[in-house]
Amino acid sequence: MSILFERRQLVTPGELLAEGDYISGDNVYRDGDKLYATRIGLADKSEKTVFVVAIKGCFIPLPGDFVVGKVVDVGLSGWTVDINSPYEAMLMASEAFERFNPRRNDLTDFLDVGDVIAAKVLAGDRARSPLLTIRDIGLGKISRGRMMTIDASKIPRLIGKKGSMINLLKRETGCQITIGQNGIILISGRSSENEDLAVLAISKIEEEAHLTGLTDRVAELLRTEKEKRRSQNVTAETSGKAN
Amino acid sequence: MLLPKRPERLIDENGLRLDGRHEEELRPIKLEVGFLEKADGSAYIEQGKSKVLAAVYGPREAHPKHLALPDRARLRCRYHMAPFSTQERKSPAPSRREVELSKVAEEALHPVVFTEYYPRTCIDIFMEVLQSDAGTRCAGITAASLALADAGIPIRDLISACAAGKIDGRIVLDLDDREDQAGQADLPLALMGTRGEITLLQMDGILTPEEFEKAVDLAIKGCQKINELQREALRRKYSVAKEEAEEEKEEK
Amino acid sequence: MPGSEIVAKIKQKQIADLISQGTRADGRGLTDYRKIAIQLEPIAKAEGSALVSLGNTKVMTGVKIEMGSPFPDTPDEGVLTVNAELLPLASPTFEPGPPDERSVELARVVDRGIRESKAIDVEKLCLIPGKKVFVVFADVYILDYDGNLFDASSIATLSALLKAQIPEYEVRDGEIYLKESKVPLPMRSRPVSVTMAKIGGKLVVDPSIDEEQVMDARVTMAIDENGNLCAIQKGGIGTLTRADVISAMQIALEKSEEIRKKIAEAVELGQN
Repeated sequence: MSILFERRQLVTPGELLAEGDYISGDNVYRDGDKLYATRIGLADKSEKTVFVVAIKGCFIPLPGDFVVGKVVDVGLSGWTVDINSPYEAMLMASEAFERFNPRRNDLTDFLDVGDVIAAKVLAGDRARSPLLTIRDIGLGKISRGRMMTIDASKIPRLIGKKGSMINLLKRETGCQITIGQNGIILISGRSSENEDLAVLAISKIEEEAHLTGLTDRVAELLRTEKEKRRSQNVTAETSGKAN
Repeated sequence: MLLPKRPERLIDENGLRLDGRHEEELRPIKLEVGFLEKADGSAYIEQGKSKVLAAVYGPREAHPKHLALPDRARLRCRYHMAPFSTQERKSPAPSRREVELSKVAEEALHPVVFTEYYPRTCIDIFMEVLQSDAGTRCAGITAASLALADAGIPIRDLISACAAGKIDGRIVLDLDDREDQAGQADLPLALMGTRGEITLLQMDGILTPEEFEKAVDLAIKGCQKINELQREALRRKYSVAKEEAEEEKEEK
Repeated sequence: MPGSEIVAKIKQKQIADLISQGTRADGRGLTDYRKIAIQLEPIAKAEGSALVSLGNTKVMTGVKIEMGSPFPDTPDEGVLTVNAELLPLASPTFEPGPPDERSVELARVVDRGIRESKAIDVEKLCLIPGKKVFVVFADVYILDYDGNLFDASSIATLSALLKAQIPEYEVRDGEIYLKESKVPLPMRSRPVSVTMAKIGGKLVVDPSIDEEQVMDARVTMAIDENGNLCAIQKGGIGTLTRADVISAMQIALEKSEEIRKKIAEAVELGQN
């Protein structure tokens, strides 16, 4: 029985991680008594399970996931929604409002192609299209805000332990940030500069999600950026005054 | 495939080839992962003067729907040469050669992809040859394998590819265009990096059974070297940020 | 890819089990070919033609020879063009339309076997250097698909070429005058391809359609009469080990001799 990597070592697909009586966890496959990585990521082990925290991956919706999606088609009894997943999702009319009468209600009156929604995944497996609902508090059509897409596997890092990272962001940028588990984020701030700041921070988090000490570096980034803008504003005011 | 007017000898008494390489030497290889922004995964390769860009999209919904397979993803691969990639302009319409190479490239990459994880979807692999100096299908496969990894698509192994050949009666590695045109045999091969299984094998030319075995083994060696370069390229992409982060820490 | 059929799991298992015991569903040994029948010159209008059955697979190759321009980089050589059609009537899985990747691959692999072995003496096909040469068109028509199109096509094409004839000619004042009399197309070599499928870790020769549907990978090797390899193509979405490749070569060397003899019997001694 042997483990052939150091904890949190960056591994590449096909690399031999362990030999022996281990359990293959996420992003690891077993062939005989050898365990190999299937994705780029940080290899780790928990008791007898060897797994890899993938740096990149697509979003596979699970029941209960909160997602932000875009309507891409309107059908007879529902809408097709792009949720940044290999599979397009379906929102049935019955999951959008109480009573739907096809003769009196035209679906496009409620949601049309291009509309953005906050939704929850009701059901989904790899064999069928995931089903969504917007019949819950906090769900429904989104009418304003900036949309940003990051790799879905980075979302946990964006939220942080007990929300530490996301709370830092909200506090320092003063923006409302809605995080879809599918990697789509909605940012709504008092000014577009604030929104820019949030976008900058989130991009950094996406790039460095696999490195340690990120929360400190993000806090530092926000601090320096806000300084920069403050001094720019001062200069503008001064030159304005001079005129 | 001998031309009536051959260049001087392709390999001299000291075993030096026209570009100064020895028999078992690869051309200089440059690999860059994540070259493109929009693609889910991408990689760029330069091998000698050959330049190929590979990109992966997917897994995504299969369109048209009838292409979808009920229990696995469908893999589609397009090998294509840019009109400006060759000495004489090549028409942009797919040639029969490109059709065949698209098929063999797909079959070279398919064995490592866990297609059963994404039923009813499509994974598209694109290889664009920007400049051709022989060995483009192999370079394309090497880059496409990195693009699959870059896209986060679960794969059993990386695939590296390389050609061996025969010039002036000698078995050599990684033919360039002059050697391919005037040489006596060309043997492209693709290999699973860790597990060593062969996923692409073609040959045209004349080889005795002994020469064939020698060429296969030489191509395998070349693939193993390229596999190391692939892993380095992947690590480089994700460690640069790490180094920058360490530097930032030190500066404080 | 159009026409990929879903294979019943119990069928897959049955085929693999038999092979691991050393036999196949149709009773053949692992390195046995199905019955080969070669009918020569079924098409009188073609310069050369052959109809080959390999088991139930039926392929017809017609050879047409015309005058044309040489390629700029080979001004005193004749030209060979091989095309293949997977006719819709040959299988429920073939659709009408332009050549798909399977027919392109088939044509190019058959072409390479003939071209690399220098089977046709293309220098003897030069009429006026740099201007006019004989162009040999070999069209491979798949009539019935029951597995192993590569070998059936290659036998049909070689046989058709061996029976093909070109007109004798005279060149006077830069003009070509074709005579009534004909001579055989000048051939220097007889390449034969052997296709093997890897199933359950073993190599089987001349895969049937069922075996092709369950195989991991296949490899086709073309061998000339001097025992040289002149073309190789691995296909299928599985893998081969180095040992498989060397084994395949040894099997191909042996079986190509047998096939070559069958072709010689048909061509030299009349129909069989």
